[in-house]
This record gives sequence, structure tokens and C-alpha cells, in this order.
Amino acid sequence: MSKVLSEFLPGEKGTVKKVTGNSMIKRRIIDMGVVAGAVIEVQKYAPLGDPMEVKVKGFNLSLRKKEAEMIEMETA
Amino acid sequence: MTRKKITAALVGNPNSGKTTIFNNVTGGRQHVGNYPGVTVEKKEGYKNLGDKEFAIIDLPGTYSLTAYSQEEVVTRNFIVNDKPDVVIDILDASNLERNLYLTIQLLELEHPLLLALNMVDVAEDLGVKINDSKLSQCLNGAPVVRTIGVRNEGTDTMLLAAAEASDNKQSNGFKLDYGSDVEEAIKKLEPLLAALHNEIKFPVRWLALKLLENDANIKQSLAKLSNSDSVINECDKIRVELSHKIGEDVELFVAGQRYQFVGKVYQQIADVRDAHAITTSDKIDKVLTNRLFGLPIFFGLMWVVFNLVFTIGDIPSGWIEDAFGKLGEFIGNAMSDGSLKSLVVDGIIGGVGGVLTFVPGIILLFLAISILEDTGYMARAAFIMDRMMRKFGLHGKSFIPLLLGFGCSVPAIMGSRMLENPRDRMITILVSPLMSCSAKLPVYTVLIAAFFDPSVAGNVLFSIYILGIILLMIMASIFRKTLFKGESEPFVMELPPYRVPTLKSIVLHMWERSSLYLKKAGTIILAASILMWFLTNYPSEVEYSKDYEALTVQAEETYTRQVSEDVLAPLNIEDVEQNEQLTALVGEIQDVNTEFDEATAELEEDSAEYTELETAKTEKMQQIETDNPELYASAAKYVELTASLEEEKTHLENEQTGEKLERSYSGQLGKFVEPVIQPLGFDWRVGVSLVAGVTAKEVVLSTMGTIYSLGETDENSKSLKHALAQDPNLNPLVAYSLMVFVLIYSPCLAALAVMKRETNSWKWPAFSLLYGTALAWVVTFIVYQGGKLLGFGS
Repeated sequence: MSKVLSEFLPGEKGTVKKVTGNSMIKRRIIDMGVVAGAVIEVQKYAPLGDPMEVKVKGFNLSLRKKEAEMIEMETA
Repeated sequence: MTRKKITAALVGNPNSGKTTIFNNVTGGRQHVGNYPGVTVEKKEGYKNLGDKEFAIIDLPGTYSLTAYSQEEVVTRNFIVNDKPDVVIDILDASNLERNLYLTIQLLELEHPLLLALNMVDVAEDLGVKINDSKLSQCLNGAPVVRTIGVRNEGTDTMLLAAAEASDNKQSNGFKLDYGSDVEEAIKKLEPLLAALHNEIKFPVRWLALKLLENDANIKQSLAKLSNSDSVINECDKIRVELSHKIGEDVELFVAGQRYQFVGKVYQQIADVRDAHAITTSDKIDKVLTNRLFGLPIFFGLMWVVFNLVFTIGDIPSGWIEDAFGKLGEFIGNAMSDGSLKSLVVDGIIGGVGGVLTFVPGIILLFLAISILEDTGYMARAAFIMDRMMRKFGLHGKSFIPLLLGFGCSVPAIMGSRMLENPRDRMITILVSPLMSCSAKLPVYTVLIAAFFDPSVAGNVLFSIYILGIILLMIMASIFRKTLFKGESEPFVMELPPYRVPTLKSIVLHMWERSSLYLKKAGTIILAASILMWFLTNYPSEVEYSKDYEALTVQAEETYTRQVSEDVLAPLNIEDVEQNEQLTALVGEIQDVNTEFDEATAELEEDSAEYTELETAKTEKMQQIETDNPELYASAAKYVELTASLEEEKTHLENEQTGEKLERSYSGQLGKFVEPVIQPLGFDWRVGVSLVAGVTAKEVVLSTMGTIYSLGETDENSKSLKHALAQDPNLNPLVAYSLMVFVLIYSPCLAALAVMKRETNSWKWPAFSLLYGTALAWVVTFIVYQGGKLLGFGS
């Protein structure tokens, strides 16, 4: 099943299918290792509900929901 | 012994322990500056080892080498243009995959490179074992060493290996195969670029790749060369073709290829015991960014930081102030009166003292910031606050500098450097003076005490603070939409693992920042203080409306006559001291008076306590009278006459100072601006105070004290309060307007000086002064005229 990363719940895990959207933020996301095939696990959302924290390639990354919408995921 | 000189550039991801290694290797021998034209810091340090002298440059931490951030451009330009003998890539072994992504890009710059696997201890604790010889093999034999930066282990070996690597002037010839489509395009571009290559220092293959990635910075520098137009057009054509072929942006494709390669390498070299272990850091994080406790913990920590900077920092600040006060007094006594003394005491010593009183707070601020940063909490603070701050165009991290703005704009502006994105930083710097800093508070309290009923005082004060915050939000949104528009900074940010910071790095950090403040801001503040001293003291020869000296002499003569008529003649003496009993009695009465004045200095005249003390005083006087029935009347008369002479003389002196100020350049300035500020309800006296208040906001108060002929004034001064309350030009509406104006108008000199330092340009402090003052005028105009319409103006 595929959905975007911002729809994931804490603890949910999936594989990156594609990163869409505008080039600067996209570039930044990709530079941080969020590339096709990378496994991402959602850790939590911030107390105010945004941004979110995920684990990718062994480190913790935060991104806003709006940015996570650009990441198309494949759930296991 | 002449040592062989080797320059080594340290490169690595943020949080890879690069700066810790730099600090540990170079110790105190470092120099901090800025790269020309940008606000990126340049750090250089030195280390002698054997027969070699290392100059080590700590380049900014980066994840990649694109043209999207200043840091990345600085890093790659430094490597290519400054040609360090060797580049040392510091890698976080516990987070190697992402770190290697940068390594690939460094290898592509074709420069001698050494890999330093740092934090191998942390990696092993996490169950990750790295095979370094395999790593070296995968990267065409690039040398690899192991270090534990926090314990300074392996750093000497690292430097020696770097020296060895620098001997190979050639790169190791590493080439990543990007697939046939990209490689074909590169082949087409290379001959075109080789023709230009004499004029540009980047390696040809790298240039070709960057042009395919459509790198704005490289295109710009190519465009500057002659005959490059055709090459650039050709490149664009090839790029567009290529991106059609591969079906996506070349830039993203290339990045993906790099990560794929890195992923493969990582699988070969890393032995991971348990990839899904929950680390201690994750456990700490579960508490600190918890949905329920995250915010309260954050506000609690901010409260601690605020109190550290302002409450604890105030103690040594007070000592410094006292010490400079004493020094001023001491030198003042040693020098003869005149303009040189005034310059030294009021201008220079006052100015230097003013600079130094900020230092303890700033040192503590940087202590707090470096602890927050080095432990890893700063990133979480931004994580927690981002949603709130983003609403008005700011970044999660802006919260901390803005909070500091309640204490003082200087640390607020300096603290904004923790924001990496220049746009976010600029907006934060420009709006932080809108917070009601602690220097504005005494101005508010005196005005409120003079014009508002105690029952509403709190609300009035609160409304000013809230007004500041509202304006801050409005201005931040406006700046975001006008001056600093464009894409908002993404919040794609690493949340580094929590770590115990090292004392050494914290101390060095504190020292670096504080000494920069002293050097750069200090000189500007000092110069400006001398200028303000000049403006308020000159012209020194003034035509007074009255002959103050003659009036003083006259007052003294009257006094002498009255004393001899009313006190001395009846007792048949020529001097009070001729009658010992009378002298003692005078002393006794004066003691009672002094005691009463001291006890009531901070009391309201209509308070119960005051009345009580007054009754006690009267009783004491009656007691003295009963004990000395025959001499009491004379003694009391004498005391009364002496006191009124003193009062008369002080009054004349203050009146003269006030008049001198009125005729000084700053007074002329006040008169000059009067027509502009009249619609706000202010007269020239307020004008002078506001002009002088640019030096520091609390100066508004002391200047008003001088103008209203009261001598030295501070916020406890009852007399200023009374003088203000009695002034026919002032009323509650004008007072409130004045508070609004003081809140908003130009930041003080210290803040402007720091702004200059932080933005590397005079443009922004000038802008801040102008926009702040214009905004103040507009808002105050609305408040005053609106208030008048509503009938508050009387």
C-alpha cells in the first residue's frame, strides 16, 4: 500500500518510493539520505502536532508535515 | 628548527565531532574571523607536531556540497581556491552512511583527502563495527584513521597521516560511475570545459557534473569568463536532453546515485549487530519532546536560561558598574575640573564601563547556548516551537533569541546566530528589539507611577509588553513577505543524539564569542558613547538666561546674614562652634533628619509607614526640645537655614545643568525634532531625552531628570515622578504615548553595534534605526491622536 510520509503514525515504518515537489526542499530531503529505497520509521510528532521526527539510515531527522507530504512511501 | 608547514582543512557533517577535534588539537591557538561577504565564521588554529607545523582550518559543517547554502559554497570554494595541502574528512562512525555521502563529493573535488573515522567508541556501543581497510579499498585507497575526538585520542596519528596524504599532490583518481546516460553527457561536456579550464580552478569532471546538476553558483562564475556563453548554452542543452532521457532532474538523479553507491559500500564495511536497538538518546528524547511534558520542560529550561543570563549575570554586572563608578570618582578627584576630565570620566570611563557591564550576561548566555547546543537539546527546542513560530514567518529556533530580548537586545541579536538560514536570522535580528528589554522597564515604571493609579499600573505595563509582542509578530510576517521572501527555510533537520558536552569546548565557545563582542561591538559602543558625551556637553560656553554664580553668592550672603541675625546675635556669639552645647544640639537634630530621610527615601508620602515615621520623628524632636529648652529654637532655626541654603544651591545647579543641556547640541537636536514629534504629544524636552536614549534606553529617564532640573535620577526617584506629574505638557495619554515610543523606536547603540557585527554591514543597523523610529512614530501617532479623539487627552 502506498501513502505519503505525513500520513504515517508514530511507530509506523515504510520504504521511500519517490520524493516529489519543489527542488530546493527536495534536494535537502535527498541530501539527508531520504532516497528511493531508504527505510523510514516515524518516531513521533512534536507536542504541537508538527513537525515530525523519523529515523532514517540510523539517525533522527525532523521535518514538517508539509515536507513529509513530498515523500511517497511504500508500507510493508 | 624550521618546520614544514602544512595546511589542513577539516570538513564533515554537523555533529560529527569536527569542532571538538579542532578545539582539542589546536587548544587556545585559534583565530576566528568571517569569510569575506558572508556571515559564515572562519576558524583557523595551529599545532606543531614533530618537524611539522599544521595550520588547521575548521570549515563549516555541511551535509553536501550544493550551492543551496552559504556553508556549502564556502567549503567547496575554500578547497578549490585556497588549495589546502590536505582535506581531512571527519566522519561520525555511528552514523556513517549519511556521512559518506559528503565523502564521495569531497573525493570528486580531486584533492588529497584523509578520512578520520570519529566516535568509533559510540559506534561500538551501538553495536556497529567498521572495517576501515575495506572502506579505504572501496574508495580507491583513500587513507583512513580512527579517532575519538572527545578524548583527543588518535588526533596526532590523524595529523601525521594527513601530512603523508598531502605528499600525494595527485588525487587518488576515484570516480563514481553515474550510469551510461550521465557519463555520456559528461564526456560531451569535458572538452568544452577543458578549453576554459585555465581560468577556473575546479576539476573538469566535477565542473561538468555541477553544470549538469544546474548549479547556480558555478554557472555564475562561468558566465563571468569570456567566451563562455556558447559553452553555457551547450551545457544547458545537454542537461535538458539528459533529464528527458532519465526522466527526472539530473541533480536528484545524481544525488540518488551517490546514496546508492554509499549504501553498497556501507553494507560491505559495517557489521551491525542490532539495527533496531532503542538507544539511550531515544529514551531521553521520549521524555524531553513528550507530547505532554515537552512544552513545560522547554519553558522551564528557558526560564533557567533567562534567569542565568539576567539575574545571575546582573550580580557581576553590578560589580563592574560599581568598580567603574569608583574608578571614575578616583580619576575625577585626581584631575582638575575641565573638559578633559569630563571626557575621561563621563565619556571614556562611562563608555567602557557600559560596554563591560554587558559582558557577564553575554558570557553566561553563550554558556547556556553552548550547553543547549552541545547536549543536542537546541534542535529539540526548535522542534517543539516550530509550529508556533512558523505562524508569523519565523523558525523554531528563533524563540530563544526572542525570549532573551526581554532581558536585552544585545544577547538576543547575538543569539540569533544559532539560526543557520540567513533569512531567518535577519528577520529575528530585526524584530528582536521590539521586545521590552530590561532597560526600558525603568522608563515605564516611572511614567506609570507618575500618571496612573496603582490599581491599573500592572495592566498598563502588561499592555506595553503585549503591544511589543504583537508588533513583533506583525513585523516578522511583513519582513517574511517583503524583504526576505522566497521559499521558507525547510525544517529538514537532523536531531543529533544527546551527548554529554565537554568542558573544554564549552569554555572555548564562550571565550570566542565574548571576546568577539568585546573587540567588535565594544569599539563601536565606546566611540558612540564619546559622541553622545560630546553632543550633551557641547557647546561648553553657554550664555545663560541668569547669572547662576551671582545668584549662588547672593544666596550664601543671605544665609550668613540670617544666621547671624536669628541665631548668633541673640546668643552673643560669632560662630556656632563657639557654643559647644549648640553645636552638639545641631548635630543631634541633623542626625534625626538624616535618619528620617534615609528611612523614607523609597516610601510614598501618603503611605501609613511614612506617617508612622513622621510621628516618630516629631516625637524625637519634642524630646530634644524638652531636654534643651533654652537652645532648641536657635539650633532648629540654624538647621532649617542650612538646609534651605543647600536646597537653593542644588536647585540653581540643576537649573544650570538643565539649561546647559537645553543649549547643547543634543538640546538643539531636541528642538529641531520638536515639530516632528509634536503630533505625538511630545515637546522638545521629551525630544532630547529620546535622542539621548539611543545610547541606552534607560538614559531617557536620566536625561529627563536633568532637563527637569533634578540632578541624578533613577527609577526610584520620587522627585522625577512628581516633576513629571506636575508638568502641564504631560498627562496620562502623553505618558502612555511616550512608553509606546520608547518601546518601539531605534534600538540602542549597543544593539546597533552588535547588529553591525552580526550582519557584517552597516546597512542593517541603519535600516533598523530608521524602520524602528518610523514604526514608533506611526504607532504612537495612532495611540495619541486616537486617544485624544476618545477624550483621554486631558
